[in-house]
Amino acid sequence: MGIGFGRLMRDKDKARKGIDAAVTWSVYLLLFLLGIAVGTNADIINNFSRIGYTAFWLTIGAVGGSVLLAALVYHFFFKAGKGADYEG
Amino acid sequence: MKGSIIILGFFALGLIGGIAQWFPQWLLSDDLTTYALFILMFLVGISIGSDRNAFYILRKLNVKVVLVPLSVIVGSLVGASVVSFMLSDVNVKEAMAVGAGFGYYSLSSIFIGQLHSQELGVVALLSNIFREIITLLAVPILVKYFGKLAGIATGGATAMDTTLPVIVKFTGKEYGIVAIFSGIVLTILVPVLVTLILEVL
Repeated sequence: MGIGFGRLMRDKDKARKGIDAAVTWSVYLLLFLLGIAVGTNADIINNFSRIGYTAFWLTIGAVGGSVLLAALVYHFFFKAGKGADYEG
Repeated sequence: MKGSIIILGFFALGLIGGIAQWFPQWLLSDDLTTYALFILMFLVGISIGSDRNAFYILRKLNVKVVLVPLSVIVGSLVGASVVSFMLSDVNVKEAMAVGAGFGYYSLSSIFIGQLHSQELGVVALLSNIFREIITLLAVPILVKYFGKLAGIATGGATAMDTTLPVIVKFTGKEYGIVAIFSGIVLTILVPVLVTLILEVL
């Protein structure tokens, strides 16, 4: 729905800037609210280092998987051709 | 970088205020977060839809470029799932949801916090911030050993904005457009995949 609206109004630069600012502020607001929710949740506060440990290893997994697959894709589909293959 | 610090600042402010119990109870209501999230999604949609460049880029690319975000999606989800077997406090589904943030920590943590649990929301926040930091630090090494798509792959959704400069610097300008394309696709898919993984799987 939002994407459709956006396409209709893409010539109105001013409005777009307003939207981007609104996105930024709603992200701030939501993370602020998440912060409050977490701060009042004793379980999370008391286990912060364990949560950080879990988060770290999940990152390693996600990054490792992406990089390995991307290496295969690069090797088989991009390397032989002329780079990124776009006519610009 | 400045943007990330401000975002973290808001999270930290809420966190400290929450611990110190500065805020009234109504701020904690789930409904408030849900409506704010609806508004945010609507705004993000408008912002993507009104980006003329995004559609212009789409028309210029070769079909095989689709493989780049696809390998990030499959790689992140499979990689995070594999790691989850070593970890005691997340199951495969939760690990995949965190992996599906693709570095877009603000949106993914908000979504996961709302749909699943605040604890997993914090895991997603930290994990995806780590992803951005690793990208900023390790792109030169990764590109050297894993080829020119490695930076775009670690960058995930951030390859279109915060990590784009470092990616372009170490992989070359001709990959800039691939990075932006992959970043846009992944950014759009973050809310979709996170919701699908948590609600459908």
